Amino acid sequence: MGVSLLATVKSMRNAFADEVTQLALADSRVVLLSGDIGNRLFDKLRGARPDQFFNCGVAEQNMIGVAAGMGLSGLRPIVYTIAPFTSVRCLEQIKVDLGYHNSPVVLVGTGSGLSYASLGPTHHSLEDFAVFRAIPNLQVLAPWDAKSLRSCLRMAIESSRPTYIRIGKKGEADLTGTNSVPAIGNSLCRHSGSQVCILSTGTVSGEAELAVESLKQLGVSAELVLMHTVKPLAEKAIKTLLNRFDALVTVEEHSQIGGFGESVLSFIARLGLQKKIETLGTSDAFMSVVGSQQYARQYYQIDAKSIVDAVLRVCK
Amino acid sequence: MNPTTLSIPQLEALSRTIRFRTIRNSHLSGTPHLGSCLSCTDLLVWLYWNILRLNTKEPKTEQRDRFILSKGHAAPVLFQVLAERGFYSPNVLDAYGQNGSVFGEHPPTPDHLAGIEAATGSLGHGLPMALGMALASRITQQPYRVFAILGDGECNEGAVWEAALMASAQKASNLTIFVDYNKWQATGRSNEILGLTPLAEKWKAFGWSCLEINGHSFEEMESAYHSLSSDNRPKAIIANTLKGKGIEFMEDDNNWHYRIPTADEVRQSASLLNIPQDQIQLDGRKPISHG
Repeated sequence: MGVSLLATVKSMRNAFADEVTQLALADSRVVLLSGDIGNRLFDKLRGARPDQFFNCGVAEQNMIGVAAGMGLSGLRPIVYTIAPFTSVRCLEQIKVDLGYHNSPVVLVGTGSGLSYASLGPTHHSLEDFAVFRAIPNLQVLAPWDAKSLRSCLRMAIESSRPTYIRIGKKGEADLTGTNSVPAIGNSLCRHSGSQVCILSTGTVSGEAELAVESLKQLGVSAELVLMHTVKPLAEKAIKTLLNRFDALVTVEEHSQIGGFGESVLSFIARLGLQKKIETLGTSDAFMSVVGSQQYARQYYQIDAKSIVDAVLRVCK
Repeated sequence: MNPTTLSIPQLEALSRTIRFRTIRNSHLSGTPHLGSCLSCTDLLVWLYWNILRLNTKEPKTEQRDRFILSKGHAAPVLFQVLAERGFYSPNVLDAYGQNGSVFGEHPPTPDHLAGIEAATGSLGHGLPMALGMALASRITQQPYRVFAILGDGECNEGAVWEAALMASAQKASNLTIFVDYNKWQATGRSNEILGLTPLAEKWKAFGWSCLEINGHSFEEMESAYHSLSSDNRPKAIIANTLKGKGIEFMEDDNNWHYRIPTADEVRQSASLLNIPQDQIQLDGRKPISHG
């Protein structure tokens, strides 16, 4: 099993560059702030709208503050750098300058999760959902492919609220297809099923897609629901699913602590329901060896095979 | 929108009034940081009356100048300045420090108090936000100016210097900052805790146009500001100040970073500032204790 089995469209990174260019051309309030990455990625934007592009250098704390000030002055800034550096590196600036001021800034963390597995834990982002969920006013989105990323970007700007969008790098499976991407706080049913429900967020959803295909061959009917909204949680959609399923598996490329799965668990507990559920995510340990993203997903047991195994356990 | 043009004696009289109200409020509300408030009082009075283009009736007018008190712990004096300047009635400050009041130790967000541009309090945040506002004016094509006051202790924060580098690269000429250089931070001399000197040379080396002045001289503020105004670089004015300025028994005594004055000390301050007896108004109001 591997992502290569699936049709892939343009990488998320390229889709981001294209979408942000279109947005900036159409709306002079849209400005892109980059932390000295994306070599040549934004050449089209820089050529067409040089005033709407700022390379802020390797100085992420300042970049967040600058974006917040711009957001409070009528602009719609988009901040772009590698996920750990646009998230926990400048956590206090995000809490105070963006969250507290409710400044309409979109933070984009590229190469999120284990995309940069080979660069080591300094470049992994496996705690961003956990810390961002606790910051008031901040929306947390995790699209699964290029098309859903484009929609998330537009919806985040339209919402005029501080929003973190966690994206991949390249090679993401096209899971949206001809469907339209649901609004913030909603979900997309990718496959209907009857025995078990897989709730998946972010780019690791490609693994869930492969798992559903394998489960079909094993005679297990699994529903796959894609969730791009980590906060606010798609409570209405989840409630409907809880009426239909007693066995569930959540999947995320993020720590099991404080992530998407835990927020689903706490929602179930608040409803007073009892379900058979497994929350797949990375364990409470740094990965001290290098490898490909696929290797890292296997290492943390969030790959397609591990999802299949979890589904079989909750279906018992 | 245009600033008033008060004479120096008028500015001095306003500074005395604002200083006294800040000291009285510290006593009544139990709010600390008097030393830090008194060192930047003159700068604030000069900015708010003679420099900033504001519309107190429509405080969010797009063309307004922006001011950020980056050393947010001097909020008690800013709150008095905004009231006296007409953003809200001085009477609303009677609720200072009470449960549910927005008037506390740090500025709230612009959504919660007219006249505030940024909620500061965590140091090193005001300058990056001010820079963002200054750069935004190029795109929104509003010719406003942006000002900020930083503390010398605040210059310990790395984010200050990140912003200094970017402001220089972007030639943010509509950005002017003042460093309230009172030579103290919370627990000691700012030049001993971290190597701050030579401070003006640091800003110059970062590509800013920079002048050093006596931060209690309105003449020097005025002439420094005007001599820098045609420079196309961001501007830093190092204002040499005295912590606790104006009250002899507080001046350059860092205990007043945290100390709250007694009623007697408020009366002594009134006398030092030539505040008439009938304006002391301590009777009938009980100090708030959060202890």
